[in-house]
Amino acid sequence: MQDSDAAVIAQALEGDRDAFRVLVERHSRAVFRLAFRITGNESDAEDVVQESFLRAWRQLHRYEARAGFGTWMYRIASNYALDLVRARRRRPSEEIVEGTLAFASNGPLPDRLAFSGELRRRLETVMATLTPQERLAFTLRHMEGQSIEEIGAVLGTAANATKNSIFRAVQKLRKGLGPAVGATQ
Amino acid sequence: MSHLSEEQLVLHYYADGESYAAVETHLSECEICRQQFETLRLELDAIESPVPERGPEYGAEVWRRLEARLPERRVRARFSWLPVWAPAVAVATLVVMAFLAGNWYERSKAPKEFARGGGRVAERILVIAVGDHLDRSQMVLAEIANATPGSGPVDITEERQLAHDLLGENRLYRQTATRTGDAGVASVLDDLERVLVEIANSPDRVSSAEFQVIRNRIESQGLLFKVRVMGSRLRANPPPPAAPNKVL
Repeated sequence: MQDSDAAVIAQALEGDRDAFRVLVERHSRAVFRLAFRITGNESDAEDVVQESFLRAWRQLHRYEARAGFGTWMYRIASNYALDLVRARRRRPSEEIVEGTLAFASNGPLPDRLAFSGELRRRLETVMATLTPQERLAFTLRHMEGQSIEEIGAVLGTAANATKNSIFRAVQKLRKGLGPAVGATQ
Repeated sequence: MSHLSEEQLVLHYYADGESYAAVETHLSECEICRQQFETLRLELDAIESPVPERGPEYGAEVWRRLEARLPERRVRARFSWLPVWAPAVAVATLVVMAFLAGNWYERSKAPKEFARGGGRVAERILVIAVGDHLDRSQMVLAEIANATPGSGPVDITEERQLAHDLLGENRLYRQTATRTGDAGVASVLDDLERVLVEIANSPDRVSSAEFQVIRNRIESQGLLFKVRVMGSRLRANPPPPAAPNKVL
């Protein structure tokens, strides 16, 4: 039977690397998924995964079992990923990688690709206008399907504030994207 | 009958509203709201997020890359009667003594070429040791600067111990830098020492307000940046190795 995260963390706190390995193997894919959705490219997302687990190992004594280990990892990873995104914005010469978000479309494939390419760029632009909290709240709710409670634990906000962040993000996205979105359908 | 607000519609889309059934009933009766909700649904449904696939073996790959980077966790068993910082200070003392001996030797007895070589070796060792010290200090500062504490007390036991370990070395290196006239290094070490003292003298658990004070101190002085830059500078420009001895 699989040990719970809490049992494995207790062993890792004693310096047991194999126990920490279990946590890494359990949570890497989820952390990668979130990191990719925030940073928009694989190389940065891989960097976030590595750095987040390194930080988790160093700060493991600070982990409080009230939130799940996965939620705690989301918090570490999202902070680091958002730092990367901010740093990338400060270096405009660096290649902007597309791919964080895309629009679903039922049109024929070539049209769909051209259209989604353009919209993807627009969406990236609008996403960049969101505050880190709004961006993270929207990503976790819309892309990851996390509950309000889980998102609140990552953001450190109460339910109403969490809902508010999601709503503001949706509002900005709708305003920024305008009628182009409806045309994809 | 009043219409549903945009916020209610968004909450309903994610099924996060408190009165799901009531909103459903309203939508079935109100054409305007139903149309607005349909528009919103189409817009949000259209946003998807493809993520490159990572297979079940991905966790093992992450671990392979990560394992070598994990520092040892502290296990204090043997020699636990010694303060944890004692070995680090002993090494730092040896490095500084070697440096001072090299300088003294250079100024006194040895033939000039040889002496210059000996002094440079000592200086090189010192620069490498200070660079390493700055790297470790940077880790402590980064842990605090990047932490995401909640509203309750913050456990800084590990950072406090590390700051304690680093403090003794820092004093020695600062004094040596001051003595040898390296004002740049001495100034960074001086700033660093003030913050290390503050961290080392804090309790293991600090309130979030106290934690913020420490963090502000690090940020207001740009300390993390200074330490990073100085560490990089030392690593990039160590004194050249001694040339082969020509005169013996």
